[in-house]
Amino acid sequence: MSTPALQDPARRTPASQHSLGIKPPPAPEAIGGQVTLSIDGQEIKVPLGTTILEAATKMGIHIPTLCHHPDLCVAGVCRVCSVEVEGMRTLQAACAFPVTAPIKVKTHTQKVRTARRHIVDLLLSDHYGECYACRRNNNCELQSLAREHGVDFFRFGHPVKPAHEIDGSSYSVVRDLNKCVLCRRCVRTCIDLQEVGTIEVVGRSDRSHIKPFLDKPLGEVVCINCGQCINRCPTGALHAQDYTDEVWAAIDNPAKHVVIQTAPSPRAAIGECFGLPAGQALTFELNTALRRAGFDRVFDTNFSADLTIMEEGTELLLRLKKALLLREPAAFPQFTSCSPGWVKFLEHFYPEYIPNLSTAKSPQQMFGAVIKTYYAEKHGIDPKDIVTVALMPCSAKKFECNRPEMDSSGFKDVDYGLTTRELAKMIHEAGIDLPRMPKSDFDAPFGTATGSGVIFGATGGVMEAALRTVIELVTGKKVEDLFEHADIKPVRGFEGVRYVELPITEVGPVPEILAHLFPHWAFLKGQTLKLAVAHGTANAKKVMEDIKRGGPMSKCHFIEFMGCPGGCIGGGGQPIPTSPEIREARARAIYAEDSAYAVRKSHENPDIGRIYQEFLKEGPCGHRSHELLHTHYTVRGKYIE
Amino acid sequence: MSQLPTFTSMKAEDGLRKALGMPRPDLIAEISASGLKGRGGAGFPTGVKWNFAAAAKADRKYVVCNADEGEPGTFKDRVILQDHADLVFEGMTIAGKAIGAKEGILFLRGEYTYLKTHLEEALARRREAKLLGKEILGQDFNFDIRIFMGSGAYICGEETALIECLEGFRGEPRNRPPFPVNTGFLDRPTVVNNVETLAWAACILQKGSDWFKSVGTEKSTGIKIFSVSGDCAKPGVYEFPLGITVKDLLQQVGGAGAQAVQMGGASGLCVPASEFGRQIAFEDIPTGGSVIVFGPQRDMLDVLHNFLEFFVDESCGQCTPCRLGNRKLLEGVEMLKAGACSMAYLQELCALGESMQLASKCGLGQSSPNAFLSVMKHFRAEFMGRTHGFVNA
Repeated sequence: MSTPALQDPARRTPASQHSLGIKPPPAPEAIGGQVTLSIDGQEIKVPLGTTILEAATKMGIHIPTLCHHPDLCVAGVCRVCSVEVEGMRTLQAACAFPVTAPIKVKTHTQKVRTARRHIVDLLLSDHYGECYACRRNNNCELQSLAREHGVDFFRFGHPVKPAHEIDGSSYSVVRDLNKCVLCRRCVRTCIDLQEVGTIEVVGRSDRSHIKPFLDKPLGEVVCINCGQCINRCPTGALHAQDYTDEVWAAIDNPAKHVVIQTAPSPRAAIGECFGLPAGQALTFELNTALRRAGFDRVFDTNFSADLTIMEEGTELLLRLKKALLLREPAAFPQFTSCSPGWVKFLEHFYPEYIPNLSTAKSPQQMFGAVIKTYYAEKHGIDPKDIVTVALMPCSAKKFECNRPEMDSSGFKDVDYGLTTRELAKMIHEAGIDLPRMPKSDFDAPFGTATGSGVIFGATGGVMEAALRTVIELVTGKKVEDLFEHADIKPVRGFEGVRYVELPITEVGPVPEILAHLFPHWAFLKGQTLKLAVAHGTANAKKVMEDIKRGGPMSKCHFIEFMGCPGGCIGGGGQPIPTSPEIREARARAIYAEDSAYAVRKSHENPDIGRIYQEFLKEGPCGHRSHELLHTHYTVRGKYIE
Repeated sequence: MSQLPTFTSMKAEDGLRKALGMPRPDLIAEISASGLKGRGGAGFPTGVKWNFAAAAKADRKYVVCNADEGEPGTFKDRVILQDHADLVFEGMTIAGKAIGAKEGILFLRGEYTYLKTHLEEALARRREAKLLGKEILGQDFNFDIRIFMGSGAYICGEETALIECLEGFRGEPRNRPPFPVNTGFLDRPTVVNNVETLAWAACILQKGSDWFKSVGTEKSTGIKIFSVSGDCAKPGVYEFPLGITVKDLLQQVGGAGAQAVQMGGASGLCVPASEFGRQIAFEDIPTGGSVIVFGPQRDMLDVLHNFLEFFVDESCGQCTPCRLGNRKLLEGVEMLKAGACSMAYLQELCALGESMQLASKCGLGQSSPNAFLSVMKHFRAEFMGRTHGFVNA
C-alpha cells in the first residue's frame, strides 16, 4: 500500500493555534536530542520539544487542563495548567511549554495553587447555570476542575441570569454561549481539525464570544453538522438537538408502531455512558434494553448497510461499464455518500463534484424508506402509524433525516435520529442497567446482517465492504483467496488518506442478480481499480484539492469519505470524551464484531436476496431501487446571503 | 524645532555608512557594548536580541519596528517618527544588516495614519539616496522597508500579537517559547524593536557605544525619551538620562507637589510621593517612557477606575486571568467607590491581581494589575474609609 504525496493546501489556521514551532527531531534517540527535566523532584528524560504536560503525563503526574485536547493543537489560553519553572518570573502553561533545556518544574506550589484556584473561580464567575440542570452533569471538565480545586463558594460571584439566547436553529448542533468558557476547542476543531471554519472568536476582552459567520444562527451558515465541536466541548455549551421527548411520546402512544434501527458505531461506544471502558460493544444487550424501553421492533442498520453496498457497488460497476465498455463519459472517482457531514461539506465547498457522489442513500435513509414500504406492506401496518427512529453516532444524521427530499416512502423516511448520548439518556431514565442486560437478537425480517455492515463504522469500512462484494461478483472467486479471512487490511487504519490499487487479473461469469445490467465482465479484465479512503473533512479537503489539480487522487475510481476523524466511531453523536485512543478501542470492537459474523459479505445476506426478490424486483439500481434507495443533492456553495 | 536635542544633533547616514563597513559580529558587539535596552519598556538587551536572530538559520529574516504606541500617556514615538523618521529607518536598516534580513516592516499605530504620507516620503527619499533598496550605498546589501497599518488594538503592541496581526490574523499573543527571534513573522526569525530603540541604535553606530554609555547608570545606559503629561506645568516630550530620580524629573517638568506619578503608563507602577527619591532605570523603576503626574487634588480611585476600564476594553480575551480578572478588579474599584467592598474582598482582589501577574499569557495581563496593586499598597489609608463591613456585599 502506498499513499501518493499530497500537497498540503495552504493552512488557514492562525499561527497561535498551530502546534509549537519547535519540532522534535524525527528519531530523537538516534541523534541524542533528549533532555532531562525534573518535575516535582522526579527526573525524566524526554525528546527535545516535549511539553511539560506531556512529560508530566508520562510520569503519572496530573496537571489539570481545560483548553488542551489530545486531538487539537496547542492553545495555551485557559492557563489552568500553569506551573512554576525555576528561574522564570511568571508561571508557565504546561501544555504550551516545550522543554529544550534541563528545567526544574513544580506543579503544586502555593503560587500555582492560588493562581489555578483563581482561574477556576473566574471561569465560574462567567459560567451561567447550575450543574444539576445541565446535560453535562458528571461529565463536565469545568465541574471536575471545581471539584479538584475545592471550590465551595463563588469567590467572584456567579451569573444569575443568562446573557445569551440559546441558538437552536440548526437541526444538529445547539449552542448555549451562557456555558461557554472560551477554551476555543470548538474553534480549533472547526478550523484546524475539520478545516470547515464555521465559527471563530469575535470581539475583544470579556466581550469576546464564539460566533458563526456574521453572527448568523448556526442553521444558516456553512456548517456541516459533524458535531465534532460537541465532542470536544468541555462544558454544556454545545450539545446535539435532543429528540428524546418526541421519541418517548411516540413510545407512549399505543397507536404508534415505533421501530428503531441501531448502527454499529453507537453499539460499540454506548457502554462508555454506563461506566465501561471504551471498546466493549453491547449490540445484543442493547436489543433487550430497547425492547424493555418500549420500542416495538429493533432492527440492525447493517441490513441497510448491506443494501447500500449492493446499490453503491452496482453503481460503481455501471460507471465502469459506461466508461470502459460504452466509451461514454462517466463521473470518476465515485464518492461514497453515507456520511451526511461529508455530503454537506461537498455541497458547500465542492458543489461542482456532486455528479461524483454516489446517488445511493445512506443506510439510515434506506432503512427508513424500506420500513415504511416493504416492512409496512409485509406486516400490514399503515406506514403513517410507523415511527422510525435511528440510533446513530452522528449529529449530521439529524439534518439528513430532515432533508426535504428524504420522503420517498411517501412519508418522512426517518422520523428521528438519536445520538448515542441521547439513547443512553433514555436508557438511564428507564432505569435499565444496559451492561447487565441479557443478550437478544434483532427482529425479522431484517434479522440477518453481515460483518460488512458492521465495519461501516470505522474509516475504510465502506471501502472494505464494497470490495468484498465487488471482488466476488466480478471475479467469481472468494475474497478469502485474495485476503486472509476476508480482511482487506490495506484499507484499514487511521492514516488520514489511504490509497490502494487492486488489479483485476481475471473475471468470472456475471452473477444472476446483475445479469440484466452487464452482458459480461470482459471490460474489467486487466484493469487496475484505484481506491482511496479519507476520514475527517480536513483530509477530504486534501483529496479534493488534489483531484482539482489533476493529481493522483483524480485517477481513482472510488473514494470513501467520512466526515469525522476515525469515521463513524468518532462521530459527533458519540459519548464524550473522545481521543485517538478511545477511537482506536471502538474500532477494535467493530472489527472484532465483524470477525464473529457467520456471513461477512453483503451479497451473501439472505435477507438482501429476499428483498430484491420480493420487493425491489429488478435487482440493484433497478426502477424501484432508484425510487426508494437513491437520492439527489443540493448545490449549496460556500457563500451565504 | 524638535524637542529632542540629541536626535537633532545626529546626521542620518553616518551610522549606516559605518555599519555597512563593519562585519556583522562587530556590529552586534557594538550594540551590545552600548548596553542599549528595549525602549518599549521591557528593557530586553537589544544586542542579545539581534544576536539571537542573527544566529538563527532561515531563508528569510525580518526586522519589525513596533510603532503601535498605545500605552496610555505615551506619545514619544509619535514625535520621533514626526521629526526623526530617518534615524528610525536607519536603525531598521542597521538591524537588517546585523541579523541578515532584507525586509523591514514598520507597524504603525492605526491612530497615526496621518503620519503615513510623511513616512512614505521619508522612505522614498532614502531609496533615492541609495540608503534603502538594492545595493545600499553601493554595497552588496539589499534592504527595504514597508509600512503596515495597525487597526487600533492596544494588544498589537505586544510583539507576538503584532506578528499575528501582520500575518493577517486576529491580533492575539502567541505562546512563547518559541520567541520571535526564532519563529516570528511567517515563522521566520524576526527582530521586533521599539521606534526609540532603533533610533538609538542608529545613534550608537554614529557616535560609538562609549558615547552612549557616558550617561545613565551601569545597568541602564544612555538617554531615555519621556512622554510627560498630567498635573505639571510643562507637559511634553523630554530627553533625560536614565537613572534620574522621579523628584528631579518632576522638578524639570514643573510637577513639584504631585501626590503620585504613574510610571510606564497604565500597565506601569504608581509611585507615591514618599518614593520620589527612586531612580528611573531598569533596575529600579522600569519604564517605557510614560510619566503621568497626579496632583494632590486627584482621587486615586478615579485614576485606577480609568486605567482598569482601559484594560477591560483592551484585553484580547484569550486567556482567563486577563479576560475576566481585569473585569473583577474594575468591579472591585466600583464597589469601593460605592462603599460596598469589604476588606476581605479587597484582599482577595489583591491576591487575584498577583495571580494575574503570574498566570496571564502575555505582558498585558501580567502588568495590568500593577496599577491596582500599587495604588492599593500606597494609598490604602485613603480607601480604608470606603470599605464595607460585609463580605462581598
